[in-house]
Amino acid sequence: MNNANQPLIFEITKPGRVGYSLPELDVPETELTEYLPTDYLRVEEPNLPEVAELDIMRHYTALSKRNHGVDSGFYPLGSCTMKYNPKINEVVARYPGLAHIHPLQDESSVQGALELLFDLQEHLIEITGMDEVTLQPAAGAHGEWTGLMMIRAFHEANGDTQRTKVIVPDSAHGTNPASATVAGLETVTVKSNENGLVDLEDLRSLVGPDTAALMLTNPNTLGLFEENILEMAEIVHGAGGKLYYDGANLNAVLSKARPGDMGFDVVHLNLHKTFTGPHGGGGPGSGPVGVKKELIPFLPKPVIVKNGDEYAFDYDRPQSIGRVKPYYGNFGINVRAYTYIRTMGPDGLQAVTENAVINANYMMRRLAEYYDLPYDRHCKHEFVLSGKRQKKLGVRTLDIAKRLLDFGYHPPTIYFPLNVEECMMIEPTETESKETLDAFIDAMIQIAKETEENPEIVQEAPHNTVIKRLDETQAARKPILKYQEA
Amino acid sequence: MTMHRYLPMTEQDQKEMLAAIGVDSVDELFQDIPEKVRFQGQYNIKKAKSETALLKELSRLASKNADLKQNVSFLGAGVYDHYIPTIVDHVISRSEFYTAYTPYQPEISQGELQAIFEFQTMICELTGMDVANSSMYDGGTALAEAAMLACGQTKRKKVLISEAVHPESREVLKTYAKGQYIEVVEIPHENGVTNLESLKAEMNDNVAAVIVQYPNFFGQIEPLKEIEPIAHQFKGLFVVSSNPLALGILTPPGSFGADIVVGDAQTFGIPSAFGGPHCGYFAVTNKLMRKVPGRLVGQTTDENGQRGFVLTLQAREQHIRRDKATSNICSNQALNALAASVAMTALGKRGVKEMASQNIHKTQYAQRVFQDNGFDIAFTGPSFNEFVVKLSKSVKEVNQKLLEKGIIGGYDLGRDYPELKNHMLIAVTELRTKEEIDNFVEELGDSHE
Repeated sequence: MNNANQPLIFEITKPGRVGYSLPELDVPETELTEYLPTDYLRVEEPNLPEVAELDIMRHYTALSKRNHGVDSGFYPLGSCTMKYNPKINEVVARYPGLAHIHPLQDESSVQGALELLFDLQEHLIEITGMDEVTLQPAAGAHGEWTGLMMIRAFHEANGDTQRTKVIVPDSAHGTNPASATVAGLETVTVKSNENGLVDLEDLRSLVGPDTAALMLTNPNTLGLFEENILEMAEIVHGAGGKLYYDGANLNAVLSKARPGDMGFDVVHLNLHKTFTGPHGGGGPGSGPVGVKKELIPFLPKPVIVKNGDEYAFDYDRPQSIGRVKPYYGNFGINVRAYTYIRTMGPDGLQAVTENAVINANYMMRRLAEYYDLPYDRHCKHEFVLSGKRQKKLGVRTLDIAKRLLDFGYHPPTIYFPLNVEECMMIEPTETESKETLDAFIDAMIQIAKETEENPEIVQEAPHNTVIKRLDETQAARKPILKYQEA
Repeated sequence: MTMHRYLPMTEQDQKEMLAAIGVDSVDELFQDIPEKVRFQGQYNIKKAKSETALLKELSRLASKNADLKQNVSFLGAGVYDHYIPTIVDHVISRSEFYTAYTPYQPEISQGELQAIFEFQTMICELTGMDVANSSMYDGGTALAEAAMLACGQTKRKKVLISEAVHPESREVLKTYAKGQYIEVVEIPHENGVTNLESLKAEMNDNVAAVIVQYPNFFGQIEPLKEIEPIAHQFKGLFVVSSNPLALGILTPPGSFGADIVVGDAQTFGIPSAFGGPHCGYFAVTNKLMRKVPGRLVGQTTDENGQRGFVLTLQAREQHIRRDKATSNICSNQALNALAASVAMTALGKRGVKEMASQNIHKTQYAQRVFQDNGFDIAFTGPSFNEFVVKLSKSVKEVNQKLLEKGIIGGYDLGRDYPELKNHMLIAVTELRTKEEIDNFVEELGDSHE
């Protein structure tokens, strides 16, 4: 990491410097006042940087050295599936025939793109066990909202306008209840039982004629497979509700169980997790949604159709919920996911899940001696530990996370799910070697020992990072959200 | 067992790890999946391909498309073929950026956080607003979120949107509006800009927001100065969707009193990519700071008083507020925001203005050549880099002929505006040469009325 503080780009600017080379203007130039009314001609110039090309490259290279990615080191961030981002995906997404095509070109001139999207849909249909897939949603939360809008439209088409409640487990991602609200639905929370699974009795008491859907991540955010899934499906379907699958954790069940076979009616996938579209520092993602037959009419439009050897967009979808995004989704991410699926094939995808689950269980067993394991059973692709024992010694989970930074690791997800005290949620993924896992385990063991023998070193961590712990309260109380000249 | 270049586990590793777990086989780890739903066998999908074979296949597939680099494009309608400084792709290919997650651990994410802070600053500079977030999916969903923010802020359930706003953004807005039980009323255009009389007629104290696009879908400059007092008359919000490149030359919406400015930064360093990923942006006045959807980066200090950056005001967001969050957005378009930042930095103060100015000059030149060759220009007000031409036959038919000559023609407005049948929306960016423009008009030949 680069320890030298990097000035803001606005602080290294020098009037007159340029970093561009525009084509020469080869048409007559006149005063802009001839074309634009003076009120609309900008007077005060935007204060953008003025730097030469090497300045720019050095600036961003310096910034990149103050950033940790999967390529920099282990990144066991639970529920985020920080696996290796294959380089071939980046090459394919940059082919001019994929990167430089316009979404509004005549369909006949983009048959290759449509073929790719259609084939990706076919692959995702098989992988999820659903009947149809849309690639329009831009990210997981966008997919959740799209799926819930379809469920709402389905109920409304049946005259069931009173179905406004979405049941969400207490361990669910925050996007689930937020998406329900944006879809005009209300959230009801169902409890987890002592085994970390949805409490069936509580679920039974919650369903009724107002149930729109149950949203579920399976395996759940504790990394545990909801083994009562068939009973749950029966309870929800019996009450006339739909079952929604949050695909955040699909990496745990490739070739092992398909949402469609578990009774789910709608599923969204995070192509930037399981299918290696890179996370990009927060996005872009892609959140395709798969549905069972009876929900097909409600898919967002347009839908890609194949007529003989020709592909086309079908806009004639009278029951569609409408468009959820301009154009057809985050195509570039879909291209990367497609490249990945074609790289892995059926055996590869099966090995992905098996290795991811072995890695997670191995880490869990080896760490169980040093940290509390709230749910002592086989996990799937991730598991949670509790820092309760360490907390008694004055070391919080936040401190453990910060101490891991000193070892060059990105820490696990912390304080989530909300139903585990001092939670650490660890997801190693299948692309990490046993040596990497062992080294991380050793670091965790060392931190557990430090907590007992020398807690200050953990409490005051990090020690080796480019910056110490930041004052987040100050940031929120007196927000400085842009550069202001001193 | 399957060995693959992304899967380092060897048979020996597996044996040792299973022993440490205390199971005899991998299958034991999946016994919690009820047998009835356990998937048997393997997916019925295409077999894996070697690296070389897959590159070859996908390169062939890509070459089936007519791309904007082999052909000459006059297609815009929200997505533009612009100069992308070479440096952009080199910066965003630094894998410390593109393989990182959201910067929730600031001590090892200062690079990303600072880059976003710079992005927020540049968007504020261009739009003339106080606060900008770290990005949205795209211009269309950003516009829909702006409408939702306005409804939440004013506690009203109706928005007015000009028909001269991008048709696909309006469609997205209507889908979101259905979700939130918001009424959307479309205001017709006249001579290619929002009809102010119709707008006035619809205004009352139930209206949460007036939404216009600047420059609008037809390339025309909406009279923000006249619209602003109408929008604010009943204390609703004024929302402007803007192409940020145009704001290098045009008076920014912030100076006209806009409350929310949204749009797409695809014009800066982001390839068309068949419509995505692009980069929505979202900017507001200070008053609305705590209602903004999505992530915000703020400046603060560490224990030693060193300047640093963190995600801030997170109490607005879904992972804290759950069903009470201001939006459900989680992933955004961070890497594309980085691309836009690099392009805005490379172009800089001078380049953004020069590029915007070139767009105007080339578009004006193209309009003159069209007129000189007997074509009718539909709308005559001031414009940016697009204009509308009336043809004598269907745009689809014309475009098919043009494509044979290596030209990607303009957008068929008849798809969205029945009154504009046989009207083509033409975009002329700084990349189109005089020769290409002249040739385009020549190839269109006598397609005028």
